[in-house]
Amino acid sequence: MRILIPLLAVVVLIAIGTVGGGGARYLFFVVLPYAGLAIFVLGIVYRVIHWARSPVPFRIPTSCGQQKSLPWIRSNNQENPHNMLGVIWRMILEVLFFRSLFRNTTTEIRQGPPRVLHNPDKWLWASSLLFHWSLLIILVRHFKYFVEPVPNWIIGLQNLDGFFQIGLPVLLLTDIVVVGALSYLVLRRLWEAKLRYISLPADYFALFLLLGITGSGIYLRYFDKSDITLAKQLGTGLLSFAPVVPEGLGATFGVHLFLVSILLAYIPLSKLVHMAGVFMSPTRNMVNNNRWERHVNPWDYPVTVHTYEEYEDEFRDVMKAAELPVEKD
Amino acid sequence: MSEKLKKPQELAQVEFKPAPQGWMDPTVEFRKGTWNYAAVPETLEYLDLPYPRKWQPTDDDWQLPDGWEQIILTGMRERLKKYRSFQVFMDCCVRCGACADKCHYFIGSGDPKNMPVLRAELLRSVYRNDFTTAGKILGSIAGGRKLTVGVLKEWFYYFYQCTECRRCSVFCPYGIDTAEITMMARELMNLVGLSIEWICTPLSNCFRTGNHLGIQPHGFKDSIEFAVDELEEITGIRVDAPINKKGAEILFIAPSADYFASPHYFTLLGYLALFHEIGLDYTWSSYASEGGNFGLFHSTEMIKRLNAKMYAEAKRLGVKWILGGECGHMWRVIHQYMNTLNGPADFLETPRSPITGTTFDHASSTKMVHITEFTADLIRNNKLNLDPSRNDHWRTTFHDSCNPARAMGLLEEPRYIIKSVCNNFFEMPENTIREQTFCCGSGAGLGTDENMEMRMRGGMPRANAVQFVHDEHDVNLLLCICAIDKATLSPLMEYWVPEVEVGGIHEMVGNALIMKGEKERDVDLRGQDLSGKTHADESPAGGSQEEVAANA
Ligand code: SF4
Ligand code: SF4
Repeated sequence: MRILIPLLAVVVLIAIGTVGGGGARYLFFVVLPYAGLAIFVLGIVYRVIHWARSPVPFRIPTSCGQQKSLPWIRSNNQENPHNMLGVIWRMILEVLFFRSLFRNTTTEIRQGPPRVLHNPDKWLWASSLLFHWSLLIILVRHFKYFVEPVPNWIIGLQNLDGFFQIGLPVLLLTDIVVVGALSYLVLRRLWEAKLRYISLPADYFALFLLLGITGSGIYLRYFDKSDITLAKQLGTGLLSFAPVVPEGLGATFGVHLFLVSILLAYIPLSKLVHMAGVFMSPTRNMVNNNRWERHVNPWDYPVTVHTYEEYEDEFRDVMKAAELPVEKD
Repeated sequence: MSEKLKKPQELAQVEFKPAPQGWMDPTVEFRKGTWNYAAVPETLEYLDLPYPRKWQPTDDDWQLPDGWEQIILTGMRERLKKYRSFQVFMDCCVRCGACADKCHYFIGSGDPKNMPVLRAELLRSVYRNDFTTAGKILGSIAGGRKLTVGVLKEWFYYFYQCTECRRCSVFCPYGIDTAEITMMARELMNLVGLSIEWICTPLSNCFRTGNHLGIQPHGFKDSIEFAVDELEEITGIRVDAPINKKGAEILFIAPSADYFASPHYFTLLGYLALFHEIGLDYTWSSYASEGGNFGLFHSTEMIKRLNAKMYAEAKRLGVKWILGGECGHMWRVIHQYMNTLNGPADFLETPRSPITGTTFDHASSTKMVHITEFTADLIRNNKLNLDPSRNDHWRTTFHDSCNPARAMGLLEEPRYIIKSVCNNFFEMPENTIREQTFCCGSGAGLGTDENMEMRMRGGMPRANAVQFVHDEHDVNLLLCICAIDKATLSPLMEYWVPEVEVGGIHEMVGNALIMKGEKERDVDLRGQDLSGKTHADESPAGGSQEEVAANA
């Protein structure tokens, strides 16, 4: 059920896209993309503001390296930042290169005399990194549908992407990688008992939706060979807020655009906000300088404590008997 | 140790059998050996905590107050607004599973709800149900669960199977710290009077007498004096150990187990020898006679209520700065919470070593220095006359305690000291030390006798790494800088690697330290014969290690 429901949901979305792309063209090619984008932007802004409104009462970075203490002990500013530069560096490595996932190991208990083994495991790191980077490059490539003339660097990027010059239209590396990585991410959820157990319908939905988008995109590029100029007409129109819906855009294109619109709207409503959340995580984005810079808790309040006077009142006699100094005789 | 416990070989046959229908229907079985006794009502009453009552987790009826669901949900809303960490961690998990097999409890038990991600989901599912749009509309399809008694029981079982060690947070791509989520969950359960004895009894003791064990001022003085006598027997030198002395330069605060339990006690002897040898002008305090702070395992408010004593006492005694002993969770509190909760400590000065002249600028605001920072500086400046061969009967390894490692980054200081005072030091495998260190399996208030099976399971990854260095290098002593570790690693070793004992760093310092005017040392601080420099297996002081684990 956890797999079937999201699968069905994506199939239904594809069906809607197919029908809609043929029928209600203005709705599907103009209104929904705008709506999706609007929800995306406003949703992310709302989320970030919502997070930011919860204060950070304590400075709780997770330290993953040597602290800064004595001058002759080398501190690790990247894994345990002691200044802003360190935090920025830590965040860059985390956001662009998935530093923490790079540490990943798989644990195995070998029997006989029992041995707990921690085997390095880069699969999750590699597949997520490849997936995210490919998606980013694909996204950037898509600018060519929105601007005229196409900037050289985008053309350069695409040429690089098609470095191997296979097939016509030239096979783009990112297209293969993104599908491969996504498939791996789906398969591991199905295959690995641990992952199967923790996965929710939403986890599969996000993956299926992305597969739908990349699948339809690839179909458009290599098989349907949808007219680029038509897509571009639509794109530039949308960007300049003077949308025109050109005749001749097919059903697959409708599906592709519809799924993208859904994805955009879905991001801020779901776990996919992690793209923004990673910047807000107090265990990663704080300087570990607690002992030399006081952190203020905005909602701090006074509490009842057991004062020394109360303590001495209770124990004065035994303290005196034990010849411990007291304040009051 | 409980007799019913399986043999190590059997316990190591960890089975992983996740229920095929998933985890959404709450199920929990309070199996003997895997949970902790409920807090006794008197302790809650003493601390003015809500809904004290007599109950046990195995009861069918937990006597929850009327409207308990609302109490918890309101508490949750409040905390989502007060802690960005909580809000972000509730929203951001992608269930990638990177953290799943990083938790010692999962590795040792195979219980799928001990995967950090799932532990968090137990709470997150309620968050989704009641605080997100998707959850409100789609319910269980969106991964939402209604807060029911079953869910609450699950919370109690699994949030008291997390030692707040933060190992999962090292591996999470968003730094999601399940320890933080556990802290929130425990606060929520406190609101309806659910906590455990092993947390609330030390809390009320500490509130009243100044230390977890409830030792009154004269008892405290006796313990310290007993140690002074013992040290004199070993070294021939009578040291001074002032208590509540006004005008001393430094206030020294150690975890109370150091002056009560074994093998902590030998570390205490080490401190005393060291302070005497360098002529430190310091004082102990009977009012602030506890470095540890079980508030960390209970609630932020309780951290603050107990921790307040440190600065208050420093002020009353008129010291310049505070030195802190070997303790793990104590140092998380001091490093990450104290200054915020009870600072600023303007009346103190930036700590400066009176012996070397080094100023500890990194502690210029809290005014509190870790003893390994202090001693490492002494050694570096050649202020100590050391004979490491007096530790030659030990082949040592070092266990990074979770909190100094992952909530501070105190990694090199202890190693520098060990290497200066011991000739034989061997590191455990890379994935089990430093920021990736494995918990003793009994921290965060879970070190009880009734929880013994879970402790041995949770401690297995740590013990197994010790086994490795024992097999490879004949290691026979596991060093650590944490009072909970010293109490709980001992039975853990006894169970998994009985050839290995547990000790503190300042015990090693005390052994190696050549004191002016000392007599020829024929025994080490444990009273073990040094003449053959072979390792004899006797435990001279304090209770047996089991007793300590049970009572400390
Ligand atoms: S590693 Fe982080 S994001 Fe991944 S499952 Fe664990 S808590 Fe969630
Ligand atoms: S904090 Fe430690 S005990 Fe708790 S879930 Fe994470 S790894 Fe497990």
